[in-house]
Amino acid sequence: MTGELDPIRRVDVERASRRVVERVVERARRERLDDVLVARVDSPVGTLLVAATRRGVVRVAFPEEPEDAVLQELADDLSPRVLADPRGMDPIRRQLEEYFEGRRRRFETRIDWSLGPSGFSRKVLEQTARIPYGTVSTYGEMARRAGSPRAARAAGNALHDNPVPIVVPCHRVVPAGGGVGKYGGSEWRKQWLLRLEGWLQT
Amino acid sequence: MTPPPFARFMEEHRAPVYRFLLAAVGPHEADDCFQETFLAALRAYPRVRDSNLRAWVFTIATRKVIDHERARARRPVPIPRLPERSAPESPDGDPELWLAVRSLPPRQRAAVLQRYVLDLPYAEIARALGCSEEAARASAYEGRRKLREALSHDGLPRVMGGAR
Repeated sequence: MTGELDPIRRVDVERASRRVVERVVERARRERLDDVLVARVDSPVGTLLVAATRRGVVRVAFPEEPEDAVLQELADDLSPRVLADPRGMDPIRRQLEEYFEGRRRRFETRIDWSLGPSGFSRKVLEQTARIPYGTVSTYGEMARRAGSPRAARAAGNALHDNPVPIVVPCHRVVPAGGGVGKYGGSEWRKQWLLRLEGWLQT
Repeated sequence: MTPPPFARFMEEHRAPVYRFLLAAVGPHEADDCFQETFLAALRAYPRVRDSNLRAWVFTIATRKVIDHERARARRPVPIPRLPERSAPESPDGDPELWLAVRSLPPRQRAAVLQRYVLDLPYAEIARALGCSEEAARASAYEGRRKLREALSHDGLPRVMGGAR
């Protein structure tokens, strides 16, 4: 219907607008408007959505969680200034890639616990962060180290709600009675990670 | 209520906003105006209470176009309106229409592009221009009339000169 303005309707702006969005993100980072950065990281256990604030890694989500829901949760709970920034997330992405290739045994990154639990559950997660690569501990032991020896079940729940799986290795906590136990990101992933680390034999 | 994550907001509006700016200020300035628009939006974003984010972002983009024109008008040496060397500035290799659009007064230009290229409703265009719906309608109509006039006029010398 517009006739003379059709060429403006038709001109392809896809690439140019994508490129300039990257500029916006770079400038946002320089001006410290980048409250939450997110990036997708491909891995053998599926594409992970990783989010970080200036304080550290704040969220790792497995692909079962719809991306829109995770982003909205970050906007609601942290700040709506959520920016997709593959480059700003390069350091943690590289570490995750090295980990999945078996070339990294610990993550050198800070953790932002804003989305995590507080109190006992938080202590459980902090203790879990200390379990060395390739070893495991038990729910009871984690409860004991967090200060409540009889709260093994509560420790299990805390680990299930870990906002930063893999980086905080909740997969290294198993039941005292044998088996690998439950995992927030599906049991097959827990087995896969424990096999990667050499604790489970193939 | 929190607005959607900024990444989603930018993904949803980047193409129409870019198209608007590309036609309104030309390829060299579109990138700058786009960055200014979305950075201004990002700064204000945690406080935005607008339920119509498209109208909101086009209000900012329109202001950037008008600011840009003012700054250009203040420059000591005016840039010629339709110089020969502007030809490569046309994104589709046919500079006539693009230059004619950019010769319109900024408000008419914004109204024409938002109405006839982006199909925005007059209620939103009025918001972007900060005027009544009637005034927005009048700007779009007047702008389009001038545009048609300019395009038909430009046809003549080209036929006569045979240059293209």
